[in-house]
Amino acid sequence: MEIRRCNDEIEISELDPFLAELLRQIPASADPKGTTAAEQRLFSPPAHETETDLCKEWKLYVEPELRRLFQTATETVATDLQQLNGSEKTLANRVLRIPWKHADAWLSALNQARLVIAAKYNFSDAELGDHFRSPIGSRRDLSLFQVNFYGFLQECILREVG
Amino acid sequence: MSRMPRRECSRVAQKKQFKEPIGALWEKGGATTIERPAIEKETRSKEDLDLPWLVIVHNDPVNLMSYVTMVFQRVFGYPREKAERHMLEVHHKGRSVLWSGMRERAELYVQQLHGYLLLATLEKAA
Repeated sequence: MEIRRCNDEIEISELDPFLAELLRQIPASADPKGTTAAEQRLFSPPAHETETDLCKEWKLYVEPELRRLFQTATETVATDLQQLNGSEKTLANRVLRIPWKHADAWLSALNQARLVIAAKYNFSDAELGDHFRSPIGSRRDLSLFQVNFYGFLQECILREVG
Repeated sequence: MSRMPRRECSRVAQKKQFKEPIGALWEKGGATTIERPAIEKETRSKEDLDLPWLVIVHNDPVNLMSYVTMVFQRVFGYPREKAERHMLEVHHKGRSVLWSGMRERAELYVQQLHGYLLLATLEKAA
């Protein structure tokens, strides 16, 4: 896999089918529905619970805005990912071009996905810091790989954003 | 936070309470004197007004250090060195006070930080 900036796009080339599939899973992975821990992480309280009025108002007025913001980002990413749904041979390496103006949406969606997966599997600090863990032997291992892969992509995009 | 109810430091909530329903005024006909509306004043204590609010960011093992630094630069306009200093404080000490001041502004900062998925809270300075 190779990532580089070309004019007003970020180009991810030499994407093998496995990594392409992981990318396709970003929008679904970013959805916290059905996991209380993930919901709580994405929509954390703005203050200590003793600030009851503030917390109530936050839920009422701010949380819906945040939901819209997060959803817009994942929708943008889902649209970009349609490039990977072509009719090319399944096992061929692919190229994904991300418009420069979508960089923030990608950073947000990747972050949402990482936080949701980490909350779902309750990864420890040690697990999250172990970037050399291998091989992938379970769904949990695969999810940890997903978190690290998305983190790597975030780093690459951040480097391009400067 | 455009849709949050506006809270000003010297907030005065004015609730006009008419003693009679509007329809009753028409029924009486002629000149009618409307009673002076009752104005409820709701003010904050001196302590509330004096204390600044702190914007605190808490450690999170998932968010990348480079990402957190970028967010601090964007939200607070801090130069890279200062943003990195705060990021490292969060990383090593578990939290960092990013800003202090008026409550409304603090709420706005916390909302922005939540928009970037950082764990942020506001609290009254001790």
